[in-house]
Amino acid sequence: MTSITTAFNPAETDVTPALPTCMSAEGVSVFYSGNQALFDIGLNIPANRVTALIGPSGCGKSTFLRCLNRMNDVIEGCRVAGRITLDGENIYARGIDVVSLRARVGMVFQKPNPFPKSIYDNVAYGPRIHGMAKNREDLDRIVVKSLKRAGLFDEVKDRLQAPGTSLSGGQQQRLCIARAIAIEPEVILMDEPCSALDPIATAKVEELIDELKERYTIIMVTHSMQQAARVSQKTAFFHLGYLVEQGDTEQIFTNPGDERTEAYITGRIG
Amino acid sequence: MTETTSPKTISLRKGPANLARRNKAERRFRLYGVIAITVAVAFLGALLLTIFSTGISAFQQIYIALNIEYSSGLIDPKGTKLRDDLSRADYQGLVKQSLRDAFPKARKRRAKRQLYKLISNGAGFDLREKVLADPSLIGQKKTVWLLASDDVDMMVKGKISLETSADNRRISDNQVLWIRALAADGRLEKRFNWRFFTSGDSREPEMAGILSAVMGSFFSLTVCLMLAFPLGVMTATYLEEFAPKNRWTDIIEININNLAAVPSIVFGLLGLAVFLNFFELPRSAPLVGGIVLALMTLPTIIISSRAALKAVPPSIREAALGVGASPVQTVAHHVVPLAMPGILTGTIIGMAQALGETAPLLMIGMVAFIVDVPQSFTDPATALPVQIFLWADSPERAFLEKTSAAIMVLLAFLIGMNLLAVILRKKFEKRW
Ligand SMILES: Nc1ncnc2c1ncn2[C@@H]1O[C@H](COP(=O)(O)OP(=O)(O)OP(=O)(O)O)[C@@H](O)[C@H]1O
Ligand SMILES: [Mg+2]
Repeated sequence: MTSITTAFNPAETDVTPALPTCMSAEGVSVFYSGNQALFDIGLNIPANRVTALIGPSGCGKSTFLRCLNRMNDVIEGCRVAGRITLDGENIYARGIDVVSLRARVGMVFQKPNPFPKSIYDNVAYGPRIHGMAKNREDLDRIVVKSLKRAGLFDEVKDRLQAPGTSLSGGQQQRLCIARAIAIEPEVILMDEPCSALDPIATAKVEELIDELKERYTIIMVTHSMQQAARVSQKTAFFHLGYLVEQGDTEQIFTNPGDERTEAYITGRIG
Repeated sequence: MTETTSPKTISLRKGPANLARRNKAERRFRLYGVIAITVAVAFLGALLLTIFSTGISAFQQIYIALNIEYSSGLIDPKGTKLRDDLSRADYQGLVKQSLRDAFPKARKRRAKRQLYKLISNGAGFDLREKVLADPSLIGQKKTVWLLASDDVDMMVKGKISLETSADNRRISDNQVLWIRALAADGRLEKRFNWRFFTSGDSREPEMAGILSAVMGSFFSLTVCLMLAFPLGVMTATYLEEFAPKNRWTDIIEININNLAAVPSIVFGLLGLAVFLNFFELPRSAPLVGGIVLALMTLPTIIISSRAALKAVPPSIREAALGVGASPVQTVAHHVVPLAMPGILTGTIIGMAQALGETAPLLMIGMVAFIVDVPQSFTDPATALPVQIFLWADSPERAFLEKTSAAIMVLLAFLIGMNLLAVILRKKFEKRW
């Protein structure tokens, strides 16, 4: 490669090479109207695993996450260079339909953002616009299934027509997860999904993530070391726009290869 | 607290040294506010009070009961009973006949002329309607309540001072005596003035109504709404949600804001030059009026719609895009519906502005004397504020109260529209 050599090349030290790769980034750089926010990121996301992105505030975790379903496209002045593939296909290639991409790579945001519509409509919206249900019963089934998978069904089964915004914060976040999985994506991106939640709701969402990884590939940004250690199998540490280190979660937390990683996970920088 | 605490601690009771000054300044500021509001309310109150006290009497009109003989000699001398013949007859003659019968002492020409002036010229039309509806009336004798003339109306309502000498007032001593005699006889009555709401303009104040003006306003506003609402909302949505932010969109934005500040008469001139002279659309038509008003209302609608769209949190857009909605779906399914209350509020306020607008309509000829109620978008018409302008310009005393009454109607419409805007905003305000 002829590009700028980064401070530390994470190299291909993937500890679990046997796992099939779902998404991968090669040489990804992101510029916000001229300012570079990410430098030459290379990262493989294993399928059916939880990958945690950690790093101090402003290091580019959200930026990277948003590259994976091209949510950066809507930001004025944002430019992405490099290559990101989903099942081997470059998602930034010419002729890629962004809408279909986002149907395959769902997203859950940091702040729960249900539509100001009923719980039912929140979940049903995606399947509706993608024509996934042939009739009303089909749609009902998808909604119930998604709510069940998101672990919310029992709490809301009597009030599916109540507004989604009337739920508690933790319930809203699970509603957003239900909304994301209703369209049967392959990958779910989560940007600090628990940052607005109390420990009990957090535990519920974490449990949910653990179950969801059976069916989906999950990439989550988190500020909680414990959370990353608890739910993820792979961890990537970002610092000042560089991907400093990636690897097995256990290895990163017990035996980090870079001193900055160690400093961060022991709480000395961040 | 006691003196033992550090000297820097501020006492909660005495406050800092400048407390007195600060409190005084605060009181003064509040006083200014109260004074300003009081003055504003007082002016508004005075304005409304004058309008109401002058205008309220226009909703009642004096009627006089006369014994009308539907003589076949006058109505249908040939005895054909044909509709054409019946409608050509001199019904005012019946009125004059019965007036002569009621006051046989008035024999001189001058006295008779004064006598005939007690009853409105419109009374004949009313009699004709009665006969045409029921030809069997011919030959009968009936007591009929007839519309009094504007001078009688003014006098009975006490708006003509009888102290001034007879030469200087619109009503002669004889007429005063006759009116008193009629009143004593129970042949004088105040009735609700339906005609004011059901007829068009007239040279005779007692027969003038606002219906043609109201319909003119209605047609104009309909055209205005049909043009300005879709155009305004589309423009706002495109600029806010889709357009790239560059120099061109900046220039467009500045120009839209400038357009909102352009005096309305300029839009009238534009309408005259472009729609009447170039496109040769009909003069005085609500169609052209509506187009001109739409040009004027567009900036208001665009600006308020953009504000409403901006107020929709970005998280909603992200949520929709995140589940794979296309940009158009995102806007159509989520953003615009959420912004709709704000958009509608802005639109109603724009419409209210358009309803009260006079100047541009004068330029395109919607200032004509319109008796017939307009039936379509191309019939000549005036608008409510223009009607007010016309009546305010009329010399007859009785038009004064009509003017105020028309203002009251216009105000009622405006208040109604603004109320609707407030209710919409309150009802559909979403919290997230
Ligand atoms: N829309 C934007 N326009 C310009 N610069 C941006 C934008 N979004 C992010 N940035 C910049 O990109 C860098 C990375 O931001 P990013 O949001 O990815 O950080 P982060 O790691 O998610 O931080 P946090 O943990 O606080 O969420 C920051 O320096 C930020 O200032
Ligand atoms: Mg972030």
